[in-house]
Amino acid sequence: MKIDPKTFARDYNLHVCIQCGTCTGGCPVKFRSPLNMRRLVRQTYFTPDPSLFRRPEWWACTTCSTCTLRCPAGVKNVELILGVRNYLANQGEVPSTIRDALENTLLHGNPWGRFRDRRIDWARDLEIKILGEETAENLFFIGCAPSYDPRVQSLSVVLFKIFKKADLDFGILGKKESCCGNEIRRMGEEALFRKLSKDNTNLIKKTGVKRIITISPHCYNVFKNEYPDLGLPVHHYTQVLIELIEAGRIKLKGGAETLLTYQDPCFLGKQNGIFEEPRKILRSIPGITLIEMERSRERSLCCEGGGGRMWTEGFTEGTRNAEIRVREALHLKVRILATSCPFCLLTLEDAVKTSGLADQIVVKDIGELVGEAIDSNSDNPIPCLPAGRQAPNNHQ
Amino acid sequence: MKRIGVYICHCGTNIASTVDCESLVLFSKGLPGVKIARDYRYLCSDPGQDIIKKDITDFSLEGIVIAACSPRMHEVTFRNLLKTAGINPYCLNMANIREQCSWVHQDRNEATEKAEQLIRAAVARVLRQKALETKKVEIKPSILVVGAGIAGIQAALTIASEGTKVVLVERAPFIGGHMAQLDKTFPTLDCASCIFTPKTVEVARNRNIELHVCSEVVEVKGYVGNFKVSIKKYPTYVDPSRCTGCGECIEACVLKKGVASEFEERMVNRKAIYIAFPQAVPLKAVIDPQACLFLSRGKCKKSCLEACKAQAIDFEQKEEFIEKEVGAIILATGYDLFDPHLLPQYGYGVYENVLTNLQFERLLSPSGPTRGEILLKDGTSPKAIAFLHCIGSRDENANPYCSRVCCMVSMKQAHLAKEKTGSEVFEFYIDINAFGKGYQEFYKRVREEGIFFIRGKGSEVFKREGRLVVAAEDTLLGTPIEIPVDMVVLGAGLSARRDAEKVAQVFGINQSPDRFFMEAHPKLRPVATSVDGIFLAGCCQGPKDIPDTVAQASAAAAEAISLVTRGEIEVEPITSWIDPELCSGCKLCVEICPTSAIQFIEAKGISSVNEALCKGCGACAAICPSKAARQNHFTQDQILAEVEELAE
Repeated sequence: MKIDPKTFARDYNLHVCIQCGTCTGGCPVKFRSPLNMRRLVRQTYFTPDPSLFRRPEWWACTTCSTCTLRCPAGVKNVELILGVRNYLANQGEVPSTIRDALENTLLHGNPWGRFRDRRIDWARDLEIKILGEETAENLFFIGCAPSYDPRVQSLSVVLFKIFKKADLDFGILGKKESCCGNEIRRMGEEALFRKLSKDNTNLIKKTGVKRIITISPHCYNVFKNEYPDLGLPVHHYTQVLIELIEAGRIKLKGGAETLLTYQDPCFLGKQNGIFEEPRKILRSIPGITLIEMERSRERSLCCEGGGGRMWTEGFTEGTRNAEIRVREALHLKVRILATSCPFCLLTLEDAVKTSGLADQIVVKDIGELVGEAIDSNSDNPIPCLPAGRQAPNNHQ
Repeated sequence: MKRIGVYICHCGTNIASTVDCESLVLFSKGLPGVKIARDYRYLCSDPGQDIIKKDITDFSLEGIVIAACSPRMHEVTFRNLLKTAGINPYCLNMANIREQCSWVHQDRNEATEKAEQLIRAAVARVLRQKALETKKVEIKPSILVVGAGIAGIQAALTIASEGTKVVLVERAPFIGGHMAQLDKTFPTLDCASCIFTPKTVEVARNRNIELHVCSEVVEVKGYVGNFKVSIKKYPTYVDPSRCTGCGECIEACVLKKGVASEFEERMVNRKAIYIAFPQAVPLKAVIDPQACLFLSRGKCKKSCLEACKAQAIDFEQKEEFIEKEVGAIILATGYDLFDPHLLPQYGYGVYENVLTNLQFERLLSPSGPTRGEILLKDGTSPKAIAFLHCIGSRDENANPYCSRVCCMVSMKQAHLAKEKTGSEVFEFYIDINAFGKGYQEFYKRVREEGIFFIRGKGSEVFKREGRLVVAAEDTLLGTPIEIPVDMVVLGAGLSARRDAEKVAQVFGINQSPDRFFMEAHPKLRPVATSVDGIFLAGCCQGPKDIPDTVAQASAAAAEAISLVTRGEIEVEPITSWIDPELCSGCKLCVEICPTSAIQFIEAKGISSVNEALCKGCGACAAICPSKAARQNHFTQDQILAEVEELAE
């Protein structure tokens, strides 16, 4: 939605706000930034003054949507944030790193500004169908981080191998694939988002696929909820994996007894209600015992990777949530912190390194864990507990 | 041709300022059959009515057209006038030139023209209207009350004390409903059982009350004054006439772990044979067939049989159906507490020391699982307790309405918690709705007691370092806060009963969007329903506290008594009838009739209308393909004449 300071409060239905503070109370960056959602709603309600929009805290929001989902009055706080960011983007008043990410996406189809020609470097040695040239039932939509980021590329490869092993008929868009636009919209570039949405929709429709499988919950969310004309079923890869496991198309073998916990990605769990599938997968891996963190499912703590925060710190200070999360996991005496989102993977792994805990805990994507469990000749075993640390008995 | 009088009302300036009433008089005088036409400032006033009355005699009028407001306002007024003037009250037609003309138009000429059309159509119809006679039906002199919580009990006692027979049906094995679970009541802190037990005991003793527990109404037939109800009585496997309530059987029951006690809000277990609580009325043991090892699996040594000295246990008991005839029905089926599992951010069901307000009430109760001590699950005393308001109420994600009692419940419980434990007490609220008599004063009192009121809704509950943490914002300071406590009490709201749809269907009444039963008029008929003779009391109509419930129950009782003691009742003659010569027996009318007033007579192969049940909606007349179903007062020729005049 466009920002018109005169009709702002009405456009965003701010009049219904009862100032109860549920939004602020549940905000994952409430102690890390001056961002106070309730106050912003109140202030923007009374002040159609655009100078209010120029506060740095508008960029701290991770768009995890906890506020919006809990708001008893039905205020769409995140849409308000996006509206303001859209206004700022149109004025050219965005942080420089965000500006670069947006420009890069316009020019190269990805926010990091990597060359389009190198989008399928990760699949260089793989026999993979390129849709458009060939046809397939399923589109495996890779996304930007899994295409370019060396850490996440390995996840793309693993999932490719799993799907192959399960005889899934799938292909990728190849070099023509562009950013899904989920983060672009959340950084305020509504027009660029619409362009991406239109281009991707046309491209996907031409391939004749029956469904879309995404790696990132962010791609999943935008395809499922924000692409107006896609008209295809969209599945996150965890939904596909559990389907393959339950149908017996993937056989999982046991490894060492391992304790593990799981970080719910906000765009998968809270926003789209996919809590069970990842857990079912983890429980079906022999040897793995899932222990829940205090805050899980609807109460999960955001890793701060969403809402464009991969490209800006958003003027936050203090301990990052990802570090808090790693410590919470460590407190459970687990040695693996699992997740199912490229951004969570990156932020949590970064936190492990900056906290100097790399010898105590590793961050893994569920896809990687499944990959290890089906790879019989695994030369990449699940890392062992450092000496002296013992796992608690969780079997009750 | 009928002799017609047309009267045009100015309604002060409501009509006269937009419509030229004088020219309407001239216009009306030229219409067929019209012998006299007049206008007047307020026709509904006594002088206005006197003019019409005099004209009826002077001009020997046979039909009257009133061009004024909506018939919903004054049709009854003018019908009564016609009756007293000696002509049939159904030879009246109202042309609505206010709501449908003067109020919705601005151009005086066009509005006047429209008013002319409306009057012309009304005259055309009144010329064809027939005299109709109201019928009288006898009323059965007893009343059914469904639900024996405080609302049902109050209604039943009021009716019984007046001398009318009451059939009181309760689903649970005991009477008292939610009020029986409460410890103290706000704002006076009266002990709930001290004020309530005399009433429950009186219900059991009163000769005018016929009580059926473990029973449900499964079918209602008939109509106002003559309802036939079918009551299903579930087997309790204990003969109540023999059981002395001694409790020996309970001791003997071999079900070791037991099952969660509904009365104790699932905080402790009960046996398969049980008495819900010590003051239960009737004080009789019942067997839960799902929990009973013998009844569910056929395998048990049946030690209860042995223990029962009175030989009251009877495993052969079967369900029974009881038929009753009553003149009126009062529904008092109560509420279900909002289920906080639906808002997972509060950790209900995850953390054992996160309770609902009703669970906390049981902790407070001297007969509850802790004998009135406020204890955590590990048996220790809490050092800090948080009360969270508006859980499931005023929430677009749950119930949008205010549950009206939870603020006061939370504050009462906070007061008692402070008094009993001396712990720190926090109230997380959005607004304090303390609207009743003495409520605001109570709010001040608990504030004075040093309870911390935090103006911010609890956002989530999680655990940190072994303690519960409530995350919220202190909105008055604008600061996010996380307060560690030992116990969280969720101020869960009041929801319509889970099976409210089913009950509404059985009784043929409506529900409002919040699923509570709908009253006939929110202000002027708050205890009546859309079905004549069925009334509402208590929380089945919407959340309310005990004083309001008692008041409403008394009102429902008064309405029901005034109905059934009348002896007979007049029934509107605007009903439909089916011409047996034309009916082809297609049964379309039977299917469409919303009040089940049409029955198919197999022997004759035709349908027939029960006039006492018919509400005169006209659905049958509209759907009948052979034009056999017809509606009095809205016959085909009357309506067509009206439409033709409008279309001219």
